[in-house]
Amino acid sequence: MKTLVGSNLERVLAEGHFAVTAEVGPPRGPEAEVVKKKAGILRGVADAYNVTDNQTAVVRMSSIAASKILLQEGLEPVMQIVCRDRNRIAIQSDLLGAWALGMRNVLCLSGDHQSAGAGGKLNGHPGAKNVYDIDSIQLISVVKGLRDEAVQDGGDSISSAAPFFIGAAWTPLGPPEKFRTIRLAKKINAGADFIQTQAVYDIKRFSEAVRRAEDMGLAEKTAILAGIIIPRSAGMLRYMNNNVPGIEVPDELIGRMKDAADPHEEGIKITLELIDAARNLSGIKGVHLQAIEAEGLLPDVIKAAGLLPRPHVY
Amino acid sequence: MIVADRKPLEEILDSIKDYKKIMLMGCGGCVTICFSGGVKAVELLASQIKIARKKQGKPIEIIECTPERQCEFEFIDAFKKDLESAEAVLSIACGVGVQTMSERHEDTITIPGQNTKFMGYPVEHALWEERCAGCGNCVLEWTGGICPIARCAKKLLNGPCGGSSNGVCEVDKDTDCVWQLIYDRLKKLNKLENLMVVRQPKDWRTSTDAGQRRVKFEEAML
Repeated sequence: MKTLVGSNLERVLAEGHFAVTAEVGPPRGPEAEVVKKKAGILRGVADAYNVTDNQTAVVRMSSIAASKILLQEGLEPVMQIVCRDRNRIAIQSDLLGAWALGMRNVLCLSGDHQSAGAGGKLNGHPGAKNVYDIDSIQLISVVKGLRDEAVQDGGDSISSAAPFFIGAAWTPLGPPEKFRTIRLAKKINAGADFIQTQAVYDIKRFSEAVRRAEDMGLAEKTAILAGIIIPRSAGMLRYMNNNVPGIEVPDELIGRMKDAADPHEEGIKITLELIDAARNLSGIKGVHLQAIEAEGLLPDVIKAAGLLPRPHVY
Repeated sequence: MIVADRKPLEEILDSIKDYKKIMLMGCGGCVTICFSGGVKAVELLASQIKIARKKQGKPIEIIECTPERQCEFEFIDAFKKDLESAEAVLSIACGVGVQTMSERHEDTITIPGQNTKFMGYPVEHALWEERCAGCGNCVLEWTGGICPIARCAKKLLNGPCGGSSNGVCEVDKDTDCVWQLIYDRLKKLNKLENLMVVRQPKDWRTSTDAGQRRVKFEEAML
């Protein structure tokens, strides 16, 4: 398989390894040290690290800056870009800047609406004017244009191409469920090289969704990484099941966490079972692991899953 | 139709506090249909203002009128004479009416008594919902007649975001996910293939992003 960009994530997938990505949330403050500390914990346990872009519409250190800090620390970022805050001019300008700084993977997202405000836990900025000049699928096309044709969305050429490995999200169990496969197809047609899914807990329904994608020939055109959030309590699972669109948690899992003598242990056990199930799906090429504000859990989990060492540690 | 919602009485009273005689002008068009600015709304607001001002010990005189439409010179001109004795106009038309008055009567201030909301229709008695954002380049042809520009909080053109949940929008639990509605309708019409096409970035110049817009009807030009 020919690589286009030369990013580590691209290379790992091209070589047929089961990929591991992990999420690094930038701090709600200006401290580079916070990002460096997370980098220290996570160095070497994943092939690339997603850096979120003001997730849940809460102001955090920019994904470009935090991605650059990761790079300096020797971790390869997947820079997330949302369409909520910037128009096509600002997004393309940021993409050129990000490439100049060394970023090679991007994840194109619509972005949580500004009303989200961390699910009501913070004030956020619900009165902000949103942008959504382009949507996530159009953003994929824009990045592809900068890479393959060295051309901006408006048709003007850029002095040289900015090759990115292009990622997109997939919410396989979000309604309307049947349309989610069509939407995945649109993202792949627009140019998505890899896909990271919304967190998966219902492995049976997820397998069916992946099968539908395989039936449409989509799983071979892109690399689908199953999203997994380490559960830490029954309450957390219940919250996600009720409040996060597209996350479906079977009652059985909530029950297991509730009855567990040690919910921490049980959460890790569930995570390992999910990783194992994902590895056994022919249409799945890796996992995207998240331990929201508890990144310290990830190294042990990835090790216990038998996914260490990673193929290329640089 | 244009849907407007009357400003709170306190705000209205504050905006006219310096005047002893005003003209309260309604409109016989859209705002009459949505109850907020027709003849009856003018009567009601006039009495509310008069009572409040009387209580304050600062009575006010109000000339009431409701032209057929406040957004055309020929209709508002009928009240030109009455306006002469008023210090200001309080308009409970939409924002277009307010500006038509402002432009026609440069020396008299016209104060808005309404918040103009959107273009929509009553989905049930006394409940209006937005249906058109006036983006200037209609997409209803391929969306099954349901508008994602007016009804999606992210104005998405390529299907629902990850925030669609059980047919409901993540932004407001009382609002349908418009992309769920579009999907269901196109399925019913056997036109789901409309959703397979990757829709390109929209040219927002036809919307509000290129400044004031203008429509010329050549055939009717004098």
